[in-house]
Amino acid sequence: MTERKIRVLIAKPGLDGHDRGAKVIARALRDAGMEVIYTGLRQTPEMIAEAALQEDVDAVGISILSGAHMVLVPRILDLLQANGQGNVHVFVGGIIPEGDATKLTGAGVAAVYGPGTSTTQVVEDISRAVLQESQP
Amino acid sequence: MTGKADLVESVLGGKRLALARLLTLVENNAPEGQAALDQLFAHTGRAHLIGVTGSPGSGKSSLVNQLALALRNPVDGQPARSVAIVAVDPTSPFTGGAVLGDRVRMRDLSGDPGIFIRSMASRGALGGLARATAGIVQALDAAGFDIVLVETVGAGQSEVDIARLAHTTLVIEAPGMGDDIQAIKAGILEIADILVINKADHPGVDSTVRALRAMLELGHPTHQVPAGSPTPLWIPPVLQTIATKAEGIRAVVEAIDAHARHLRETGAWQLRERSRLLAELEVLVQAELTAHWREALPPEALAAALVELETRRISPYQAAKHLVSLQPEAPIH
Repeated sequence: MTERKIRVLIAKPGLDGHDRGAKVIARALRDAGMEVIYTGLRQTPEMIAEAALQEDVDAVGISILSGAHMVLVPRILDLLQANGQGNVHVFVGGIIPEGDATKLTGAGVAAVYGPGTSTTQVVEDISRAVLQESQP
Repeated sequence: MTGKADLVESVLGGKRLALARLLTLVENNAPEGQAALDQLFAHTGRAHLIGVTGSPGSGKSSLVNQLALALRNPVDGQPARSVAIVAVDPTSPFTGGAVLGDRVRMRDLSGDPGIFIRSMASRGALGGLARATAGIVQALDAAGFDIVLVETVGAGQSEVDIARLAHTTLVIEAPGMGDDIQAIKAGILEIADILVINKADHPGVDSTVRALRAMLELGHPTHQVPAGSPTPLWIPPVLQTIATKAEGIRAVVEAIDAHARHLRETGAWQLRERSRLLAELEVLVQAELTAHWREALPPEALAAALVELETRRISPYQAAKHLVSLQPEAPIH
């Protein structure tokens, strides 16, 4: 009997020293029945793309507070694309100014979540995206 | 989407994305995954399979990280060996979800093409591994990794499935694990080919070493083996490490290699291989039979048996016998 589980990588790139937000999301996704791979603090875009590949994830959540999102996120998107994982659902959480959020979604990020986003929203978005991706 | 033959070719050709996809198919018990494993099986049997188990918080992930580093950067001119790591963490019994955090301790290993790390959730299995772990290990073996390190979920006294899967089993303990009576109980300590006491800078390490050595002496009556015996016993070494400071790691690698040599020289490698295949076969036969039985079982029979059970007219044992006897033994194909 096939049993498919949604696999999500939760990544903290850059120099943030604080990962409470990432852990809250990881926990919420776990409670929604997903398998969450958590990589810990201070990951480079290369490390994140490598983990996404080895773990064959359906989605990558990037948590950034440091303000370096316009450098780090496009780099991660490029690496995923280069590895043949351009179809992975990428979402970003953190303090992202609205103008930047528009640019990121233009570059291929599926969703940008600011402070106060309900975890239910994130769970629903991932589930819907993965369901669509698995339809032929 | 790549076809089945392409997937097998790509995995054998060292394509990492294809390998990752195959692992997902195997983990999900998808028919494509099983078909690919059927073809890949002929390419397995080359890797040294090493299990790493022990209680939660004893430092398994940190030790695996250091072992992989040591295997990738050998001393005295030995060739570096490629290493695949399978890290199993528990699935929540309530939601079916899991947070897999073993990679947090393995960040030193990123960027090395000779390393492949895969996290797995236990998905309800209770022996310290997931049901699909054996298949995942086969796929990594076929992909050509020299060493496959399998880290179990934090294990207590009965999560001993790893000993059936691995050629060499490391049991990791931390100082202060309990009194001597813990050491003579059956279970996890019995499966150790190598005992590692990690966090050896913590207090109580000497008494832990003593207790484990005493246990080994009871379990391995070395004095009864005549000198020069053709089948020498393997006496599990008790080693001390501080994984966070990379201390004592080379000795563990040496013990792992010594154990592999011992298995090959005494013929125990083939014996382990045979019993491992037998165990795997039994699990698969059981699953096949159960699936057949379910398929052929009239749905009302199960409901009727449940009613009988609830009203205490028959016992569960009688009900099981009855349900199994309902069908003639159908050939599998």
